[in-house]
Amino acid sequence: MNPDIFSLIYLVATILFIFGLKGLSSPKTALQGNFSAMLGMAIAVVATLCQPEVKNYEWIIAGIVVGGVIGIVVAQKISMTAMPQLVAALHSFVGLSAVLVAVGTFQTHLNGSHMNGVLALELGLGAVIGAITFSGSVIAFGKLQAIFTSNPLVFKGQHFLNLVLGIFILVGLVQFIYEPSWMPFLVITGVSFLLGFLLVLPIGGADMPVIVSMLNSYSGWAASATGFTLNNQLLIATGALVGSSGAILSYIMCHAMNRSFISVILGGFGGDAAAAAVTSSAGKNVKSAASEDVAFVLENSSKVIIIPGYGMAVAQAQHVIREIYDLLHEKGVDVRFAIHPVAGRMPGHMNVLLAEAEIPYDCVFEMDEINSEFSTTDVAYVIGANDVVNPDAKNNKTSPLYGMPILDVFKAKQIFVSKRSMGVGYAGVDNSLFYYDNCSLVFGDAKVTCEKILTALKSS
Amino acid sequence: MSDTMVGVYVFILSCFVGYHVIWGVTPALHTPLMAVTNAISAIVIVGAILVSGANSSSFGVFEVVGFFAVVLAAINIFGGFVVTNRMLSMFKKKKS
Repeated sequence: MNPDIFSLIYLVATILFIFGLKGLSSPKTALQGNFSAMLGMAIAVVATLCQPEVKNYEWIIAGIVVGGVIGIVVAQKISMTAMPQLVAALHSFVGLSAVLVAVGTFQTHLNGSHMNGVLALELGLGAVIGAITFSGSVIAFGKLQAIFTSNPLVFKGQHFLNLVLGIFILVGLVQFIYEPSWMPFLVITGVSFLLGFLLVLPIGGADMPVIVSMLNSYSGWAASATGFTLNNQLLIATGALVGSSGAILSYIMCHAMNRSFISVILGGFGGDAAAAAVTSSAGKNVKSAASEDVAFVLENSSKVIIIPGYGMAVAQAQHVIREIYDLLHEKGVDVRFAIHPVAGRMPGHMNVLLAEAEIPYDCVFEMDEINSEFSTTDVAYVIGANDVVNPDAKNNKTSPLYGMPILDVFKAKQIFVSKRSMGVGYAGVDNSLFYYDNCSLVFGDAKVTCEKILTALKSS
Repeated sequence: MSDTMVGVYVFILSCFVGYHVIWGVTPALHTPLMAVTNAISAIVIVGAILVSGANSSSFGVFEVVGFFAVVLAAINIFGGFVVTNRMLSMFKKKKS
């Protein structure tokens, strides 16, 4: 068959991927988009199987079946709170797969003896990016799954060591271009694995959304690099789509935390060390409220905004909150949810958790959509969020949070904050919101508090 | 134009397409976006298939390498699409 036929089929697959991503512009068209992407993938795989270069099918089919079963089972069973871990694990697979493809392609070209400098560069880049994606994602997975501490692991000379390894990889790559043999290829791949580990180790839990997005981007670049080695435009285009998606998400996350990408990469932010450095709050008083008081105020207001944070997901309070939402909604109260871009452990995580609890998406709003509403709101109820509602980010130039965009919760008539204790947020900064006259704290586990509020609402 | 330059053209232009399409994605769906891009980036399965099926006769170390590459990419494809589908099915509008 004319090879152009395959190119045309691959073009169709690329277009279907683009439509797939475009579908995600609204929850209404999103499922359709996902199907379009699935169709694109099916077309791409079948077309590849028909390529004349493919002479042996048993192991390919076996591999697809094994991988397919594992993938489907995991995807069905995984809980929505564990989504960041799953995504990190999947990134690592793409990375490792890209490395293996580079190894195999290199062998094919050595046999056919049509190696040249350009091809060596492409193969080298594919292996390096794939290896960094793999090992970085493994560490990210371990931190998110709490296999090891999510505190930043920092040691002296860390950045210098990374720099040395980076330069070493570049030199090795040049060596490989001049002399394409196994030795430099395996060395740069091995060092890249090491660099991936070292790059993610110093990054703390609060910065994880950026890192997960960044690895998402890398997995795309790895696919693109593989496309260059195979002269396959489908891989190049698709990898570039994924790569730019991850890059944009990283940018959005950094912007929402008011941190530069470089400072996130350098790591060491958040964790115990920072949490110990609490600014003195002596002499300031907080008011506390009982859950019955909250219930009373809630049902007597006309407009309520709930601000969920990762603490809500940890306490698994979202289902009780849905019941509170239902009750208040029935009583004619306008209840909305406000979500900060960095709420949760990955971009959009909180929206998925609320959707899982069957809270309709049209009462869930992004920061920019809802910030103007707080001044006309009777009650703002903060559950498990902290830094993202700290007015210091707006008013206090000496605060480390200064400049970070926040939800303007402090403008509401009455504020309730559900908190376990007077602990600080990830940034290790005291929250001046708690000392506002219109703010009351409700101490206790978020889920228990919400259950009490629900009971009080039901009995009234 | 050499194959590599064609690749560079496709790459750069696709980055621009990606940039515009991704900014249009609603922030509420950023987690499904990641899951679906994950599945899509497993397009490396094309390379994995080419490596795995390159030889009809022998079955050596590189076919094993190809096999594992196919398995890993397939986990991503199926896992990524299924979990995206699961998440997107949960997004419901208010009952009026």
